[in-house]
Amino acid sequence: MTTPDVLIIGGGLHGLSAALHLARGGATVSLLERRFVGRHASGASAAGVRTLGRNPLELPLSMGAMQMWHSISDLVGDDCGFVAQGQLRVYETDTQADRELARVAALRAAGHENEVMIDQQTLRGLVPGINDKFIGACYAPTDGAADPHRTLVAFRAAAQQAGVQLHEGSGVSALSRDGSRWTIDSEAGRFSAASVINASGAWGARVASLVGEEIPMAAKASMMMVTERIEAMIRPVVSIVGRSLSFKQSSQGTLVLGGGIQGRYDLDREETTLDFRALAAGASAACELMPAVRGLRINRCWSGLEGKTPDLLPVIGPSTVAAGLYHVFGFSGHGFQLVPAAGAAVAEMVATGRPPATLSPFSAARFTTRDVAA
Amino acid sequence: MNSRHDILIVGAGPAGMAAAIELRRLGFAPLVVDEQSAPGGQIWRDVERPRPDALRNALGPDYAAGAEVAGQFRASGVDYRPGTRMWHIEPGLRVFLSQAGKAFVAEPKALLLATGAQERPAPIPGWTLPGVLTVGAAQILMKGSGQIPERPVWIAGSGPLPILYMRQLVAAGGQVAGYLDTTPRGAALRALPHLRSALRGWADLRKGLAWMRALKAGGLHIEKHVTDLVATGTERLEALSYRTADGKAHRVEAEVLLLHEGVVPSIHGTLSVDCAHVWDEAQAALRPALDDWGMTSVEGLYVAGDGAGIAGVRAALARGRLAAQGIAARLGREAGAAEVAGARAELRAASASRGFLDAVFPAPGSSVEIPDDTIVCRCEELTAGEIRAAARIHRGGPNQVKAVTRCGMGPCQGRQCGYTVNRILASAYGQSQADVGFFRIRPPLKPVTLQELAALDEGREAP
Repeated sequence: MTTPDVLIIGGGLHGLSAALHLARGGATVSLLERRFVGRHASGASAAGVRTLGRNPLELPLSMGAMQMWHSISDLVGDDCGFVAQGQLRVYETDTQADRELARVAALRAAGHENEVMIDQQTLRGLVPGINDKFIGACYAPTDGAADPHRTLVAFRAAAQQAGVQLHEGSGVSALSRDGSRWTIDSEAGRFSAASVINASGAWGARVASLVGEEIPMAAKASMMMVTERIEAMIRPVVSIVGRSLSFKQSSQGTLVLGGGIQGRYDLDREETTLDFRALAAGASAACELMPAVRGLRINRCWSGLEGKTPDLLPVIGPSTVAAGLYHVFGFSGHGFQLVPAAGAAVAEMVATGRPPATLSPFSAARFTTRDVAA
Repeated sequence: MNSRHDILIVGAGPAGMAAAIELRRLGFAPLVVDEQSAPGGQIWRDVERPRPDALRNALGPDYAAGAEVAGQFRASGVDYRPGTRMWHIEPGLRVFLSQAGKAFVAEPKALLLATGAQERPAPIPGWTLPGVLTVGAAQILMKGSGQIPERPVWIAGSGPLPILYMRQLVAAGGQVAGYLDTTPRGAALRALPHLRSALRGWADLRKGLAWMRALKAGGLHIEKHVTDLVATGTERLEALSYRTADGKAHRVEAEVLLLHEGVVPSIHGTLSVDCAHVWDEAQAALRPALDDWGMTSVEGLYVAGDGAGIAGVRAALARGRLAAQGIAARLGREAGAAEVAGARAELRAASASRGFLDAVFPAPGSSVEIPDDTIVCRCEELTAGEIRAAARIHRGGPNQVKAVTRCGMGPCQGRQCGYTVNRILASAYGQSQADVGFFRIRPPLKPVTLQELAALDEGREAP
């Protein structure tokens, strides 16, 4: 039997980040991954590093994460392909402009200066070739994007260097509490740990149910398209108000198109299926945004399987029913940017036994409390 | 624009044409789509094109026989759309196609994939230099535009195709500088147990032997059991080095090198919809698991021709007819017992020499190490050494190695590197090639433009 201080279930980026921070803090850590590191959402991510348009409840954690991204090689020894190329959300009507203006004003009143409003001329300077119908944008100049696979490789390597024991191909079959410790049965054998972290992504609620905890969660299968390589044409990541599209050019020169268009998924088979009729709407939005891309060939499409909560905020906090179990999952399609800060916050929570203030909106208790209130 | 046909056949090579002709005979109206501008597939590519007698004679009677099948196919009155790509299949047999830049959808009750085979990648150091092609590509140039290399070509590899191509090339007035036969020592001996069955396919074997005799009589320079083949050059191919069976190293100047290590079934379509596949040990390749009619594990989805397992043109014609008869029965119209028995007998006869050929020309296995500096993934320019380095850390198989290296993410969708990665990982993990498996297929199966895809969104309500 292996007896780490902390056992982490799930080898996505959030599991790896928590593992890294815990190991750096002196804990012995084992991580169990059912398939291989980054198999689902982390490996299928668009890897947007975005504060733009985030739910204000996420902003305190997100702003901390953004600082960490700007010096990410200090954390993991590699820049993860992160480039602060800026993120833009463009709009086409005055009504949309007014709504965005009010939203950004409210952000600023709350002390967040990550977003600014830009006019059409500035927009055209940032995105040459953008369709004339877009009259302005919200702009977060220090946002950007990273390379999801480089990020996975870097977090994995850093975690292992910090002493994390990684077991791929090792699913968990049972979880039980014996006095002050957890016993975990897995394909890699039996473990006994003081704390368990549930970083199981789309399967997070199922792992919680192993200890009888009910967390309401659905899943999503956001689809991505990538085109052939072309010369550099666009620097910022662009999305459109009210449409499912995010549009960026990778460092390889490919255009990467996403934005939350949904495919189909099967949690039991751990598989997703693309829906090309839905993807057609994304292609249509991309052609509308930048008419010059119409003739580009799509090379590859994929989708990843990700947890989705009723309020689209993650679950990060102690279990509501079992001591020594902590959750970090359900990022609802926008967890990539939070990776470095969420891992640090989880490590702090495990070390002190209490969640830091940045995590208060993400407590698992919010669902039960709300149910009672209703 | 969307198709309303009950039956969709993808591919107008021997299998697709035979299936279409049989379905027309049975009173059905299938739609046949094909990427090329004329029927024939790869084996009978451009077979309808009028050409000089010298070239027609060089290509030989087996090639010319395709014209008759193409004629029957045209005369069958089938709805045939050339220049049409299939780029995606969704569960429930919703098929996405494009013709002349316009995408459309077909929702047939039966789908027959007759998409043939592709050459197995033959990676050696320097194989991406200009001047290095595959034998199959050179043969396409000969069939298509009648192109014959002006200068002597080197041919390296193993299999029936190099022998056929050399015979065609010499007959058409081209020159072979030398044939570097990479077939390993002992293959002929291991093929002996298959000889009894193969004798039933005697005519095929005799043809191959006669070609080889004629080439030798014409003074062809042959090196047997060649290993350690390397192509070198700065801007383009300049020289080859290799080792012969006696252990001696050689270096020769070369302008053109044609490589070939056999053909493998095209499986991207069936893999993409999760059909069950089996690893064919003799051919060191995956093929879809099929019932007696060529139906996959997915209801209504059939495969015929070399995509069902490499067996050659005669078998492709028979499999096409059988698939058509299976589809007909599925749609409520039985073909006559005599016709079915005839197609089955023909398939048996056509397959008689296959075991022997597979043993005589074995695929390079995972025991043959690909040098570290050899490019494996041409799209992303990754070497065997880089794949091995990734495999040391990432033990989760081809998909994990793909994620961390980008190998197989390019426009070829892993068609050029899939089996090479499989071989390297099998060796690195100490597993069988069957256990290592293949890349997960990410659609589209063929590139489609944003505009083509966007057109499918037209007619929907604006969001």
